[in-house]
Amino acid sequence: MPRQLQNPVRPAVARGAASPLAEPAWVRWLLIAAALGFLALFLGLPLAAVFIEAFRKGVSTYLAAFEDPDAWAAIKLTLLTAGIAVPLNLVFGLAAAWCITKFDFRGKSLLITFIDLPFAVSPVISGLIYVLLFGAQGWFGPWLAAHDIKIIFAVPGIVLASIFVTFPFVARELIPLMQSQGSDEEEAAVSLGATGWQTFWHVTLPNVRWALLYGVILCNARAMGEFGAVSVVSGHIRGKTNTLPLHVEILYNEYNFVAAFACASLLAFLAIVTLVLKSIIEGRHLSKP
Amino acid sequence: MAKFRVLPGFGLSLGYTLLYLGLIVLIPLSATFLKTAGMSWADFLAAVASPRVMASYRLSFGASFIAAAINTAAGLLVAWVLVRYSFPGKKVVDSLVDLPFALPTAVAGIALTAIYAPNGWIGSLLMPLGIKSAFSPFGVIIAMTFIGLPFVVRTVQPVLEDLDPEVEQAAATLGANRLTTFIYVIFPEIWPALLTGFAMAFARAIGEYGSVVFIAGNMPMKTEITPLLIITKLEQYDFRGATAIAVVMLVVSFILLLGINLLQRFTTRRRNAFA
Repeated sequence: MPRQLQNPVRPAVARGAASPLAEPAWVRWLLIAAALGFLALFLGLPLAAVFIEAFRKGVSTYLAAFEDPDAWAAIKLTLLTAGIAVPLNLVFGLAAAWCITKFDFRGKSLLITFIDLPFAVSPVISGLIYVLLFGAQGWFGPWLAAHDIKIIFAVPGIVLASIFVTFPFVARELIPLMQSQGSDEEEAAVSLGATGWQTFWHVTLPNVRWALLYGVILCNARAMGEFGAVSVVSGHIRGKTNTLPLHVEILYNEYNFVAAFACASLLAFLAIVTLVLKSIIEGRHLSKP
Repeated sequence: MAKFRVLPGFGLSLGYTLLYLGLIVLIPLSATFLKTAGMSWADFLAAVASPRVMASYRLSFGASFIAAAINTAAGLLVAWVLVRYSFPGKKVVDSLVDLPFALPTAVAGIALTAIYAPNGWIGSLLMPLGIKSAFSPFGVIIAMTFIGLPFVVRTVQPVLEDLDPEVEQAAATLGANRLTTFIYVIFPEIWPALLTGFAMAFARAIGEYGSVVFIAGNMPMKTEITPLLIITKLEQYDFRGATAIAVVMLVVSFILLLGINLLQRFTTRRRNAFA
Protein backbone atom coordinates (compact mmCIF):
# COMPACT_ATOMS: atom_id res chain seq x y z
CA MET A 1 0.00 0.00 0.00
CA PRO A 2 2.73 2.57 0.68
CA ARG A 3 4.31 1.66 -2.68
CA GLN A 4 1.32 2.76 -4.75
CA LEU A 5 1.24 6.09 -3.03
CA GLN A 6 4.88 6.69 -3.77
CA ASN A 7 4.75 5.83 -7.42
CA PRO A 8 3.02 8.92 -8.82
CA VAL A 9 5.70 11.05 -7.21
CA ARG A 10 8.80 9.06 -8.06
CA PRO A 11 8.92 9.40 -11.88
CA ALA A 12 9.30 13.17 -11.61
CA VAL A 13 12.34 12.58 -9.44
CA ALA A 14 13.78 10.09 -11.85
CA ARG A 15 13.75 12.77 -14.53
CA GLY A 16 15.88 14.94 -12.24
CA ALA A 17 13.22 17.44 -11.29
CA ALA A 18 13.46 18.83 -7.79
CA SER A 19 10.84 17.27 -5.53
CA PRO A 20 10.24 17.87 -1.87
CA LEU A 21 9.61 14.12 -1.47
CA ALA A 22 12.90 12.75 -2.71
CA GLU A 23 16.52 13.67 -2.45
CA PRO A 24 18.18 15.44 -5.42
CA ALA A 25 19.74 13.02 -7.91
CA TRP A 26 23.30 13.87 -6.92
CA VAL A 27 22.54 13.10 -3.26
CA ARG A 28 20.99 9.80 -4.26
CA TRP A 29 23.97 8.75 -6.31
CA LEU A 30 26.37 9.90 -3.63
CA LEU A 31 24.56 7.81 -1.00
CA ILE A 32 24.39 4.78 -3.31
CA ALA A 33 28.10 5.12 -4.10
CA ALA A 34 28.99 5.45 -0.41
CA ALA A 35 26.91 2.40 0.56
CA LEU A 36 28.25 0.26 -2.26
CA GLY A 37 31.79 1.43 -1.55
CA PHE A 38 31.47 0.40 2.09
CA LEU A 39 30.04 -3.00 1.16
CA ALA A 40 32.70 -3.57 -1.50
CA LEU A 41 35.44 -2.76 1.01
CA PHE A 42 34.08 -4.87 3.86
CA LEU A 43 32.29 -7.71 2.04
CA GLY A 44 33.41 -7.86 -1.59
CA LEU A 45 37.10 -7.55 -0.95
CA PRO A 46 37.41 -10.32 1.69
CA LEU A 47 35.34 -12.68 -0.45
CA ALA A 48 37.46 -11.95 -3.52
CA ALA A 49 40.65 -12.28 -1.47
CA VAL A 50 39.81 -15.88 -0.55
CA PHE A 51 39.61 -17.02 -4.17
CA ILE A 52 42.47 -14.87 -5.45
CA GLU A 53 44.83 -16.11 -2.73
CA ALA A 54 43.69 -19.70 -3.34
CA PHE A 55 44.52 -19.53 -7.05
CA ARG A 56 47.60 -17.34 -6.65
CA LYS A 57 49.95 -20.11 -7.75
CA GLY A 58 47.69 -21.65 -10.34
CA VAL A 59 45.06 -24.34 -10.52
CA SER A 60 47.41 -27.27 -10.00
CA THR A 61 48.75 -25.88 -6.71
CA TYR A 62 45.16 -25.20 -5.70
CA LEU A 63 44.15 -28.78 -6.43
CA ALA A 64 47.25 -30.12 -4.70
CA ALA A 65 45.83 -28.85 -1.41
CA PHE A 66 43.13 -31.52 -1.68
CA GLU A 67 45.59 -34.37 -2.17
CA ASP A 68 46.47 -34.05 1.50
CA PRO A 69 44.70 -36.89 3.37
CA ASP A 70 44.35 -34.58 6.38
CA ALA A 71 42.24 -32.22 4.26
CA TRP A 72 39.94 -35.11 3.36
CA ALA A 73 39.72 -36.20 6.97
CA ALA A 74 38.76 -32.62 7.86
CA ILE A 75 36.11 -32.49 5.14
CA LYS A 76 34.65 -35.81 6.27
CA LEU A 77 34.55 -34.75 9.91
CA THR A 78 32.87 -31.48 8.95
CA LEU A 79 30.19 -33.35 7.00
CA LEU A 80 29.72 -35.85 9.83
CA THR A 81 29.36 -33.06 12.41
CA ALA A 82 26.77 -31.18 10.37
CA GLY A 83 25.08 -34.50 9.56
CA ILE A 84 24.47 -35.11 13.26
CA ALA A 85 23.92 -31.56 14.53
CA VAL A 86 21.45 -30.40 11.88
CA PRO A 87 18.91 -33.28 12.15
CA LEU A 88 18.98 -33.13 15.95
CA ASN A 89 18.30 -29.39 15.96
CA LEU A 90 15.67 -29.89 13.27
CA VAL A 91 13.71 -32.31 15.44
CA PHE A 92 14.15 -30.03 18.43
CA GLY A 93 13.00 -27.01 16.41
CA LEU A 94 9.81 -28.78 15.37
CA ALA A 95 9.05 -29.98 18.92
CA ALA A 96 9.74 -26.55 20.42
CA ALA A 97 7.67 -24.73 17.78
CA TRP A 98 4.79 -27.20 18.23
CA CYS A 99 4.50 -26.77 22.00
CA ILE A 100 5.14 -23.01 21.93
CA THR A 101 2.73 -22.12 19.13
CA LYS A 102 -0.08 -24.64 19.62
CA PHE A 103 -0.54 -24.43 23.38
CA ASP A 104 -0.70 -21.89 26.18
CA PHE A 105 1.41 -22.44 29.24
CA ARG A 106 3.18 -20.43 31.88
CA GLY A 107 6.78 -19.38 31.28
CA LYS A 108 6.49 -19.48 27.50
CA SER A 109 8.38 -16.26 26.86
CA LEU A 110 11.11 -17.41 29.25
CA LEU A 111 11.39 -20.64 27.25
CA ILE A 112 11.76 -18.65 24.01
CA THR A 113 14.51 -16.57 25.61
CA PHE A 114 16.31 -19.74 26.76
CA ILE A 115 16.16 -21.17 23.23
CA ASP A 116 17.91 -18.04 21.94
CA LEU A 117 20.63 -18.16 24.62
CA PRO A 118 23.29 -19.91 22.50
CA PHE A 119 23.31 -16.94 20.11
CA ALA A 120 24.21 -14.62 22.99
CA VAL A 121 27.12 -16.74 24.19
CA SER A 122 30.66 -16.30 22.86
CA PRO A 123 31.73 -19.30 20.74
CA VAL A 124 34.71 -19.78 23.04
CA ILE A 125 32.39 -20.15 26.04
CA SER A 126 30.22 -22.56 24.03
CA GLY A 127 33.23 -24.84 23.89
CA LEU A 128 34.38 -24.16 27.43
CA ILE A 129 31.13 -25.35 29.02
CA TYR A 130 31.62 -28.87 27.63
CA VAL A 131 35.23 -28.92 28.80
CA LEU A 132 33.92 -28.11 32.29
CA LEU A 133 31.52 -31.04 32.08
CA PHE A 134 33.45 -33.71 30.20
CA GLY A 135 37.11 -32.59 30.31
CA ALA A 136 39.74 -34.50 32.31
CA GLN A 137 39.14 -32.16 35.27
CA GLY A 138 35.41 -31.79 34.60
CA TRP A 139 32.41 -33.08 36.53
CA PHE A 140 32.15 -36.32 34.57
CA GLY A 141 35.85 -36.46 33.65
CA PRO A 142 36.94 -39.16 36.11
CA TRP A 143 33.90 -41.35 35.32
CA LEU A 144 34.49 -41.01 31.56
CA ALA A 145 38.19 -41.80 31.98
CA ALA A 146 37.35 -44.89 34.05
CA HIS A 147 35.05 -46.13 31.29
CA ASP A 148 37.51 -45.17 28.55
CA ILE A 149 35.09 -42.75 26.86
CA LYS A 150 36.58 -39.67 25.23
CA ILE A 151 34.35 -36.66 24.59
CA ILE A 152 36.71 -33.69 24.83
CA PHE A 153 39.53 -33.68 22.26
CA ALA A 154 37.44 -36.18 20.33
CA VAL A 155 34.56 -36.24 17.85
CA PRO A 156 31.67 -36.27 20.40
CA GLY A 157 32.88 -32.95 21.88
CA ILE A 158 33.03 -31.38 18.42
CA VAL A 159 29.50 -32.57 17.67
CA LEU A 160 28.20 -31.30 21.03
CA ALA A 161 29.76 -27.85 20.58
CA SER A 162 28.34 -27.66 17.05
CA ILE A 163 24.87 -28.60 18.30
CA PHE A 164 25.11 -25.85 20.91
CA VAL A 165 26.08 -23.04 18.53
CA THR A 166 23.41 -24.01 15.96
CA PHE A 167 20.75 -24.76 18.57
CA PRO A 168 18.25 -21.90 17.91
CA PHE A 169 18.32 -21.73 14.08
CA VAL A 170 15.39 -23.99 13.13
CA ALA A 171 13.23 -23.12 16.15
CA ARG A 172 13.52 -19.38 15.64
CA GLU A 173 12.44 -19.64 11.99
CA LEU A 174 9.46 -21.88 12.80
CA ILE A 175 8.06 -20.18 15.89
CA PRO A 176 7.07 -16.80 14.35
CA LEU A 177 5.63 -18.47 11.24
CA MET A 178 3.58 -21.06 13.12
CA GLN A 179 2.40 -18.34 15.49
CA SER A 180 1.05 -16.26 12.61
CA GLN A 181 -0.52 -19.30 10.92
CA GLY A 182 -2.51 -20.22 14.03
CA SER A 183 -4.01 -23.64 14.76
CA ASP A 184 -7.26 -23.57 12.76
CA GLU A 185 -6.13 -26.01 10.08
CA GLU A 186 -4.75 -28.47 12.62
CA GLU A 187 -7.90 -28.25 14.71
CA ALA A 188 -10.00 -28.91 11.60
CA ALA A 189 -7.89 -31.98 10.77
CA VAL A 190 -8.19 -33.38 14.29
CA SER A 191 -11.93 -32.76 14.42
CA LEU A 192 -12.26 -34.67 11.12
CA GLY A 193 -10.63 -37.64 12.81
CA ALA A 194 -6.95 -37.30 11.95
CA THR A 195 -4.47 -38.50 14.56
CA GLY A 196 -1.87 -36.14 15.96
CA TRP A 197 0.91 -37.51 13.76
CA GLN A 198 -1.29 -37.43 10.65
CA THR A 199 -2.11 -33.79 11.38
CA PHE A 200 1.54 -32.99 11.88
CA TRP A 201 2.72 -34.76 8.68
CA HIS A 202 -0.08 -33.68 6.35
CA VAL A 203 -1.09 -30.27 7.66
CA THR A 204 1.63 -28.61 9.74
CA LEU A 205 4.74 -29.80 7.93
CA PRO A 206 3.62 -28.78 4.41
CA ASN A 207 2.63 -25.36 5.76
CA VAL A 208 6.03 -24.67 7.27
CA ARG A 209 8.29 -26.53 4.82
CA TRP A 210 10.00 -23.45 3.37
CA ALA A 211 10.69 -21.87 6.75
CA LEU A 212 12.00 -25.26 7.87
CA LEU A 213 14.34 -25.49 4.89
CA TYR A 214 15.45 -21.91 5.51
CA GLY A 215 16.35 -22.73 9.11
CA VAL A 216 18.12 -25.92 8.07
CA ILE A 217 20.26 -24.07 5.52
CA LEU A 218 21.38 -21.48 8.06
CA CYS A 219 21.93 -24.18 10.69
CA ASN A 220 24.02 -26.22 8.27
CA ALA A 221 26.20 -23.27 7.23
CA ARG A 222 27.01 -22.49 10.83
CA ALA A 223 27.58 -26.14 11.77
CA MET A 224 30.07 -26.60 8.94
CA GLY A 225 31.79 -23.27 9.50
CA GLU A 226 31.96 -23.04 13.30
CA PHE A 227 35.45 -22.26 14.51
CA GLY A 228 35.69 -20.88 18.06
CA ALA A 229 33.59 -23.43 19.92
CA VAL A 230 35.00 -26.37 18.02
CA SER A 231 38.53 -25.06 18.46
CA VAL A 232 38.21 -25.27 22.26
CA VAL A 233 37.03 -28.89 22.37
CA SER A 234 38.90 -30.33 19.39
CA GLY A 235 42.47 -30.69 20.59
CA HIS A 236 43.61 -30.13 17.00
CA ILE A 237 44.73 -33.69 16.28
CA ARG A 238 45.59 -33.79 12.58
CA GLY A 239 43.55 -36.20 10.54
CA LYS A 240 41.38 -37.00 13.57
CA THR A 241 39.73 -34.05 15.29
CA ASN A 242 40.19 -31.24 12.80
CA THR A 243 37.15 -29.88 11.04
CA LEU A 244 37.68 -27.92 7.84
CA PRO A 245 37.84 -24.48 9.55
CA LEU A 246 40.41 -25.84 12.03
CA HIS A 247 42.40 -27.35 9.17
CA VAL A 248 42.42 -23.90 7.52
CA GLU A 249 43.82 -22.42 10.72
CA ILE A 250 46.61 -25.00 10.98
CA LEU A 251 47.67 -24.55 7.35
CA TYR A 252 47.60 -20.78 7.77
CA ASN A 253 49.72 -20.86 10.92
CA GLU A 254 52.23 -23.06 9.09
CA TYR A 255 52.50 -20.33 6.42
CA ASN A 256 51.02 -22.74 3.88
CA PHE A 257 48.84 -19.91 2.58
CA VAL A 258 47.77 -21.37 -0.76
CA ALA A 259 46.52 -24.59 0.83
CA ALA A 260 44.86 -22.62 3.64
CA PHE A 261 42.99 -20.43 1.18
CA ALA A 262 42.20 -23.42 -1.04
CA CYS A 263 40.40 -25.10 1.86
CA ALA A 264 38.90 -21.75 2.83
CA SER A 265 37.56 -21.38 -0.71
CA LEU A 266 35.43 -24.51 -0.18
CA LEU A 267 33.89 -22.87 2.90
CA ALA A 268 33.46 -19.56 1.05
CA PHE A 269 31.72 -21.47 -1.74
CA LEU A 270 29.43 -23.02 0.86
CA ALA A 271 28.66 -19.51 2.13
CA ILE A 272 27.78 -18.31 -1.38
CA VAL A 273 25.51 -21.32 -1.97
CA THR A 274 23.87 -20.61 1.39
CA LEU A 275 23.22 -16.98 0.45
CA VAL A 276 21.81 -17.93 -2.96
CA LEU A 277 19.45 -20.56 -1.51
CA LYS A 278 18.46 -18.15 1.25
CA SER A 279 17.50 -15.38 -1.16
CA ILE A 280 15.62 -17.82 -3.43
CA ILE A 281 13.55 -19.06 -0.48
CA GLU A 282 13.01 -15.53 0.82
CA GLY A 283 11.97 -14.21 -2.57
CA ARG A 284 9.61 -17.00 -3.60
CA HIS A 285 8.26 -18.65 -0.53
CA LEU A 286 8.55 -16.52 2.56
CA SER A 287 7.05 -13.10 2.83
CA LYS A 288 9.11 -11.79 5.68
CA PRO A 289 6.98 -9.65 8.00
CA MET B 1 -4.77 -20.75 31.01
CA ALA B 2 -6.91 -23.83 31.55
CA LYS B 3 -8.03 -23.82 27.93
CA PHE B 4 -9.49 -26.96 26.42
CA ARG B 5 -6.83 -28.50 24.23
CA VAL B 6 -7.93 -29.89 20.91
CA LEU B 7 -4.49 -30.69 19.54
CA PRO B 8 -2.49 -33.58 20.93
CA GLY B 9 1.22 -33.79 21.63
CA PHE B 10 1.60 -31.11 24.29
CA GLY B 11 3.30 -33.35 26.84
CA LEU B 12 5.59 -35.00 24.32
CA SER B 13 6.72 -31.82 22.56
CA LEU B 14 7.17 -29.76 25.72
CA GLY B 15 8.89 -32.63 27.51
CA TYR B 16 11.32 -33.20 24.66
CA THR B 17 11.96 -29.45 24.31
CA LEU B 18 12.77 -29.07 28.01
CA LEU B 19 14.91 -32.22 28.12
CA TYR B 20 16.97 -31.25 25.07
CA LEU B 21 17.25 -27.61 26.16
CA GLY B 22 18.36 -28.69 29.62
CA LEU B 23 20.94 -31.21 28.46
CA ILE B 24 22.50 -29.15 25.66
CA VAL B 25 22.17 -25.58 26.93
CA LEU B 26 21.07 -25.01 30.52
CA ILE B 27 23.06 -27.63 32.45
CA PRO B 28 26.34 -26.97 30.58
CA LEU B 29 25.91 -23.18 30.95
CA SER B 30 25.18 -23.47 34.65
CA ALA B 31 28.45 -25.39 35.03
CA THR B 32 30.34 -22.11 34.56
CA PHE B 33 28.47 -20.46 37.43
CA LEU B 34 28.80 -23.49 39.71
CA LYS B 35 32.51 -23.75 38.99
CA THR B 36 33.11 -20.14 40.01
CA ALA B 37 30.81 -20.45 43.02
CA GLY B 38 33.53 -22.63 44.55
CA MET B 39 36.05 -19.80 44.29
CA SER B 40 36.69 -17.32 47.07
CA TRP B 41 35.89 -13.69 46.31
CA ALA B 42 39.58 -12.78 46.37
CA ASP B 43 40.48 -15.57 43.94
CA PHE B 44 37.64 -14.54 41.65
CA LEU B 45 38.75 -10.91 41.64
CA ALA B 46 42.35 -11.90 41.01
CA ALA B 47 41.21 -13.94 38.02
CA VAL B 48 38.86 -11.42 36.44
CA ALA B 49 40.61 -8.16 37.30
CA SER B 50 44.31 -8.82 36.76
CA PRO B 51 46.04 -6.18 34.61
CA ARG B 52 46.24 -8.49 31.59
CA VAL B 53 42.51 -9.31 31.80
CA MET B 54 41.60 -5.66 32.31
CA ALA B 55 43.60 -4.74 29.21
CA SER B 56 41.66 -7.37 27.25
CA TYR B 57 38.32 -5.92 28.45
CA ARG B 58 39.41 -2.46 27.33
CA LEU B 59 40.29 -3.79 23.89
CA SER B 60 37.26 -6.07 23.52
CA PHE B 61 34.69 -3.56 24.74
CA GLY B 62 36.35 -0.51 23.19
CA ALA B 63 36.85 -2.07 19.76
CA SER B 64 33.36 -3.62 19.85
CA PHE B 65 31.85 -0.24 20.66
CA ILE B 66 33.69 1.52 17.83
CA ALA B 67 32.85 -1.28 15.37
CA ALA B 68 29.18 -1.23 16.39
CA ALA B 69 29.13 2.57 15.99
CA ILE B 70 30.63 2.28 12.48
CA ASN B 71 28.04 -0.39 11.70
CA THR B 72 25.23 1.82 12.94
CA ALA B 73 26.15 4.67 10.61
CA ALA B 74 27.03 2.46 7.65
CA GLY B 75 24.11 0.10 8.32
CA LEU B 76 21.62 2.98 8.25
CA LEU B 77 23.15 4.16 4.97
CA VAL B 78 23.00 0.68 3.41
CA ALA B 79 19.43 0.07 4.63
CA TRP B 80 18.32 3.47 3.33
CA VAL B 81 19.87 2.90 -0.09
CA LEU B 82 18.39 -0.61 -0.33
CA VAL B 83 14.88 0.51 0.65
CA ARG B 84 14.59 3.91 -1.05
CA TYR B 85 16.64 3.75 -4.24
CA SER B 86 16.88 1.40 -7.16
CA PHE B 87 20.11 0.60 -8.92
CA PRO B 88 21.39 -2.31 -11.00
CA GLY B 89 22.39 -5.37 -8.99
CA LYS B 90 20.38 -4.33 -5.95
CA LYS B 91 19.10 -7.85 -5.26
CA VAL B 92 22.62 -9.29 -5.26
CA VAL B 93 23.82 -6.53 -2.94
CA ASP B 94 20.87 -7.18 -0.64
CA SER B 95 21.73 -10.89 -0.30
CA LEU B 96 25.45 -10.14 0.04
CA VAL B 97 24.74 -8.16 3.22
CA ASP B 98 24.28 -11.48 5.04
CA LEU B 99 27.72 -12.74 4.03
CA PRO B 100 29.21 -12.27 7.53
CA PHE B 101 26.53 -14.66 8.87
CA ALA B 102 27.24 -17.25 6.19
CA LEU B 103 31.02 -17.05 5.84
CA PRO B 104 32.86 -19.14 8.46
CA THR B 105 34.67 -16.81 10.83
CA ALA B 106 38.06 -18.43 10.29
CA VAL B 107 37.77 -17.78 6.55
CA ALA B 108 36.86 -14.15 7.18
CA GLY B 109 39.79 -13.92 9.59
CA ILE B 110 42.47 -15.10 7.19
CA ALA B 111 40.98 -13.12 4.27
CA LEU B 112 40.94 -9.88 6.27
CA THR B 113 44.48 -10.54 7.49
CA ALA B 114 45.67 -11.11 3.93
CA ILE B 115 44.14 -7.78 2.88
CA TYR B 116 45.36 -5.69 5.81
CA ALA B 117 48.76 -7.31 6.48
CA PRO B 118 51.73 -5.01 5.76
CA ASN B 119 52.14 -6.67 2.34
CA GLY B 120 48.39 -6.94 1.66
CA TRP B 121 46.23 -4.95 -0.78
CA ILE B 122 45.15 -2.29 1.70
CA GLY B 123 47.78 -2.85 4.38
CA SER B 124 50.54 -1.92 1.93
CA LEU B 125 48.71 1.32 1.11
CA LEU B 126 48.26 2.24 4.78
CA MET B 127 51.79 1.30 5.84
CA PRO B 128 53.51 4.34 4.15
CA LEU B 129 50.98 6.58 5.93
CA GLY B 130 52.23 5.18 9.22
CA ILE B 131 48.99 3.27 9.86
CA LYS B 132 49.41 -0.28 11.03
CA SER B 133 46.15 -2.04 10.25
CA ALA B 134 46.65 -5.76 10.84
CA PHE B 135 48.20 -6.86 14.16
CA SER B 136 46.96 -3.72 15.95
CA PRO B 137 43.73 -2.64 17.69
CA PHE B 138 42.71 -1.11 14.35
CA GLY B 139 42.75 -4.59 12.83
CA VAL B 140 40.49 -5.83 15.66
CA ILE B 141 38.02 -3.04 14.83
CA ILE B 142 38.08 -4.00 11.13
CA ALA B 143 37.27 -7.64 11.88
CA MET B 144 34.51 -6.69 14.34
CA THR B 145 33.01 -4.28 11.81
CA PHE B 146 32.88 -7.12 9.28
CA ILE B 147 31.21 -9.53 11.67
CA GLY B 148 28.57 -7.03 12.91
CA LEU B 149 27.70 -5.56 9.52
CA PRO B 150 24.33 -7.28 8.85
CA PHE B 151 22.70 -6.49 12.21
CA VAL B 152 21.86 -2.80 11.80
CA VAL B 153 20.91 -3.24 8.13
CA ARG B 154 18.51 -6.07 8.95
CA THR B 155 16.88 -4.34 11.94
CA VAL B 156 16.45 -0.94 10.24
CA GLN B 157 15.40 -2.21 6.78
CA PRO B 158 11.90 -3.47 7.73
CA VAL B 159 11.14 -0.33 9.75
CA LEU B 160 12.11 1.90 6.82
CA GLU B 161 9.95 -0.21 4.51
CA ASP B 162 6.95 0.21 6.81
CA LEU B 163 7.21 3.98 7.12
CA ASP B 164 4.03 5.66 5.99
CA PRO B 165 4.87 7.98 3.04
CA GLU B 166 1.95 10.20 3.95
CA VAL B 167 3.84 11.48 6.96
CA GLU B 168 6.72 12.53 4.75
CA GLN B 169 4.29 14.08 2.28
CA ALA B 170 2.74 16.05 5.13
CA ALA B 171 6.18 17.26 6.20
CA ALA B 172 6.93 18.34 2.61
CA THR B 173 3.58 20.13 2.36
CA LEU B 174 4.45 22.05 5.49
CA GLY B 175 7.66 23.21 3.83
CA ALA B 176 10.23 20.83 5.29
CA ASN B 177 13.18 19.90 3.08
CA ARG B 178 14.51 16.33 2.96
CA LEU B 179 17.09 16.79 5.70
CA THR B 180 14.57 18.37 8.07
CA THR B 181 12.12 15.58 7.24
CA PHE B 182 14.77 12.97 7.96
CA ILE B 183 15.78 14.48 11.29
CA TYR B 184 12.31 15.29 12.63
CA VAL B 185 10.06 12.73 10.91
CA ILE B 186 12.04 9.66 9.87
CA PHE B 187 14.73 9.45 12.55
CA PRO B 188 12.28 9.39 15.50
CA GLU B 189 10.66 6.36 13.87
CA ILE B 190 13.83 4.36 13.30
CA TRP B 191 16.01 5.06 16.33
CA PRO B 192 14.78 2.09 18.40
CA ALA B 193 15.66 -0.22 15.50
CA LEU B 194 19.04 1.49 15.11
CA LEU B 195 19.76 1.04 18.79
CA THR B 196 18.69 -2.62 18.64
CA GLY B 197 21.04 -3.20 15.71
CA PHE B 198 23.83 -1.42 17.55
CA ALA B 199 23.35 -3.59 20.64
CA MET B 200 23.28 -6.79 18.57
CA ALA B 201 26.44 -5.86 16.67
CA PHE B 202 28.13 -4.87 19.95
CA ALA B 203 27.15 -8.14 21.65
CA ARG B 204 28.34 -10.19 18.70
CA ALA B 205 31.67 -8.35 18.50
CA ILE B 206 32.45 -8.85 22.21
CA GLY B 207 32.18 -12.62 21.91
CA GLU B 208 33.71 -12.91 18.45
CA TYR B 209 36.77 -15.10 18.16
CA GLY B 210 37.49 -16.62 14.73
CA SER B 211 37.57 -13.53 12.57
CA VAL B 212 39.54 -11.52 15.13
CA VAL B 213 42.37 -13.83 16.26
CA PHE B 214 44.13 -13.91 12.90
CA ILE B 215 44.21 -10.15 12.35
CA ALA B 216 44.74 -9.13 15.98
CA GLY B 217 48.32 -10.29 16.45
CA ASN B 218 47.41 -11.40 19.99
CA MET B 219 50.05 -9.54 21.98
CA PRO B 220 49.30 -9.64 25.72
CA MET B 221 48.22 -6.26 27.13
CA LYS B 222 47.93 -4.84 23.60
CA THR B 223 45.95 -6.81 21.07
CA GLU B 224 44.60 -9.69 23.12
CA ILE B 225 40.79 -9.98 23.12
CA THR B 226 38.94 -11.44 26.11
CA PRO B 227 37.71 -14.66 24.37
CA LEU B 228 41.32 -15.45 23.41
CA LEU B 229 42.37 -15.00 27.03
CA ILE B 230 39.86 -17.71 28.01
CA ILE B 231 41.50 -20.08 25.56
CA THR B 232 44.99 -19.13 26.77
CA LYS B 233 43.99 -19.90 30.37
CA LEU B 234 42.48 -23.21 29.30
CA GLU B 235 45.67 -24.18 27.54
CA GLN B 236 47.57 -23.45 30.75
CA TYR B 237 45.10 -25.73 32.60
CA ASP B 238 43.85 -22.72 34.58
CA PHE B 239 40.23 -23.88 34.38
CA ARG B 240 39.03 -21.66 37.22
CA GLY B 241 40.63 -18.56 35.76
CA ALA B 242 39.13 -19.31 32.34
CA THR B 243 35.70 -19.97 33.82
CA ALA B 244 35.76 -16.82 35.97
CA ILE B 245 36.40 -14.66 32.89
CA ALA B 246 33.69 -16.59 31.05
CA VAL B 247 31.22 -15.78 33.83
CA VAL B 248 31.98 -12.07 33.51
CA MET B 249 31.41 -12.28 29.74
CA LEU B 250 28.21 -14.32 30.18
CA VAL B 251 26.77 -11.78 32.62
CA VAL B 252 27.51 -8.97 30.15
CA SER B 253 25.96 -11.00 27.30
CA PHE B 254 22.81 -11.74 29.30
CA ILE B 255 22.37 -8.08 30.22
CA LEU B 256 22.77 -7.13 26.55
CA LEU B 257 20.32 -9.88 25.52
CA LEU B 258 17.77 -8.58 28.02
CA GLY B 259 18.21 -5.03 26.73
CA ILE B 260 17.86 -6.19 23.12
CA ASN B 261 14.68 -8.14 23.94
CA LEU B 262 13.13 -5.12 25.66
CA LEU B 263 14.08 -2.87 22.74
CA GLN B 264 12.59 -5.33 20.24
CA ARG B 265 9.36 -5.56 22.18
CA PHE B 266 9.22 -1.75 22.23
CA THR B 267 9.89 -1.56 18.48
CA THR B 268 7.27 -4.20 17.60
CA ARG B 269 4.67 -2.46 19.73
CA ARG B 270 5.36 0.85 17.97
CA ARG B 271 5.21 -0.77 14.56
CA ASN B 272 1.93 -2.48 15.37
CA ALA B 273 0.52 0.75 16.74
CA PHE B 274 1.15 2.43 13.40
CA ALA B 275 0.11 -0.47 11.21
